[in-house]
Amino acid sequence: MNNSAKILIIDDEVQIRKLLEIALDSNGYKTIFAVNAKEGLSLAANHQPDLIILDLGLPDEDGQIVLKRLREWFKKPVLILTVKNTEEEIVKALDNGANDYLAKPFRTQELLARIRTALRNLDQNENEPIIQFGEIAIDFTSRIVKLKNEILKLTVTEYNLLSILVKNEGRVLTHQYLLKQVWGNSYSDQTQYLRVFVAQLRKKIEEDPNRPKYIITESGVGYRFNTY
Amino acid sequence: MKSILSKIKIKNQYLISITSISIVAALCLFTRNYLDYKIAGYILLVVVSLLAMFLDILPVLLSAVLSALILNFLFIKPYYTFHISDAEDTLLLFLFFIITLINGVLTHKIRKAEKIIQIKEVRSSTMKLYNALLDSLSHELRTPISTIMGAIDTIQSQNITISEENKLELYSEIEKASLRLNHQVENLLNMSRLESGVIRPKMDWCDLEELIYNVLDKLKEDLEFHKIVFTTDENLPLFKLDYGLMEQIIYNLIFNASQYTPKGAQIKINVEYNPDVDFEYEPDKLMHCVITISDDGSGFPEQEIDKVFDKFYRLQNSKTGGTGLGLSIVKGFVEAQNGKVILENKDEGGSIFKLSFPALVMNTKEISNE
Repeated sequence: MNNSAKILIIDDEVQIRKLLEIALDSNGYKTIFAVNAKEGLSLAANHQPDLIILDLGLPDEDGQIVLKRLREWFKKPVLILTVKNTEEEIVKALDNGANDYLAKPFRTQELLARIRTALRNLDQNENEPIIQFGEIAIDFTSRIVKLKNEILKLTVTEYNLLSILVKNEGRVLTHQYLLKQVWGNSYSDQTQYLRVFVAQLRKKIEEDPNRPKYIITESGVGYRFNTY
Repeated sequence: MKSILSKIKIKNQYLISITSISIVAALCLFTRNYLDYKIAGYILLVVVSLLAMFLDILPVLLSAVLSALILNFLFIKPYYTFHISDAEDTLLLFLFFIITLINGVLTHKIRKAEKIIQIKEVRSSTMKLYNALLDSLSHELRTPISTIMGAIDTIQSQNITISEENKLELYSEIEKASLRLNHQVENLLNMSRLESGVIRPKMDWCDLEELIYNVLDKLKEDLEFHKIVFTTDENLPLFKLDYGLMEQIIYNLIFNASQYTPKGAQIKINVEYNPDVDFEYEPDKLMHCVITISDDGSGFPEQEIDKVFDKFYRLQNSKTGGTGLGLSIVKGFVEAQNGKVILENKDEGGSIFKLSFPALVMNTKEISNE
């Protein structure tokens, strides 16, 4: 595990900084703190953190703009913390390049899990031919998906949807993004396809399709492939 | 009528006063040869009294003076002079003037008193609502805060030793209290979203089956001791509704049922479309999406059933906590999607919430075959 990772926290609330310091330090992460956008951008450039936790409500600049400026050069994960948990705000942050978001108030365990996932993705070799999660194994070269060592019969669309979710494991993918990637640009508002195929995929890979463990709905935003 | 007239500009009030007296006087002029001038006097008196019911004091006084002058000039002999030859007529005109004045002033005073009482009533009922709101809010917010502060004080105190078991219990109380606080803040935020009219539903295809299972999963701790029965058509189509609003509506209703029914009670959820009509898929045709949530608890008191959707309304003998916002949010979110919600008591006991939404539907079979 990459537990000595360096994490930059950009948040103006002293209580949240304190809480994150204790939670992250005691889990072995190194932490750096910035209280506003200006400091955050300069610390990010000077310290090269492995992950940035960014609050959207900063005193000197809109967090969405900070995110855009970070994404001009920062390739590692950015996790959004926000009290503005409207669907529009979240979709906008994801479109601006955030890897994940958590709405305040959040649970520390949840945050730690999201950090672990984001950092694990970083370690993973992009060209890994086979990815295994619990009982599911996907072989990208032969396009074969196995569940409990049995080959799953998937349609081409189902496979494409599953593979893009798995490749972005832990990350929230917006409806629009998934539709464009799997069905093509002209389908970006045809959410009905996504609804139907997600339901189908769940029937095939989830133990209880009504209580999915892998494909999680982020209401009004999109889907996430979950592995913890 | 009264309120409309009382809003008339003062300039127009004078105009109304002069015109109505003049018109009535002109009409009376035709009867001058057949009837006693006293009749004309009484008629004018009635007109002044009527005006006093609607107009301000000064226009009424003007009408009183004007009618006395007209009576003198046109109806008391000799005509067309202000001179009165008969002493009896002078006295009568004087009395007429006094009576119209008193009449006008008194009517005006009564109206004023009525208005003050009305304002007081409105004020006291707003005060009552405000107090009720403050009561339930301060209770709902302060209880969890007290729990958190108290528990932390106990854990921090140096003088006593707390067993590990008690400590864990205190932590769990802090957790419960903060969740409750969060729930209430969420409700208040939703209510203020509704009140400020910023809710613009984002209609998109919803898989209601998935949505409801999702809500049930979120509520699994509250539903631990309840029996949940969820029924729906095997091939439920997608409905074009707002996912976030629908989630909140279903959440509030099931949460409500879990709080107001005893352990072991059954909560039934059913989703169907255009009930009793064969479903024929036609694009752009609105169907009725009908969701019912019922329980076998003790139902709602009949006399209170109309009020449960009111803001801040709590049942008279309510034992569980709450701000009385949950159901009014449900109603607001349902109506934001042009839907309807009704609550009924079932004959066999328990209550049933019926939601119905006009919505576009999409048959999923055709998509999955593509």
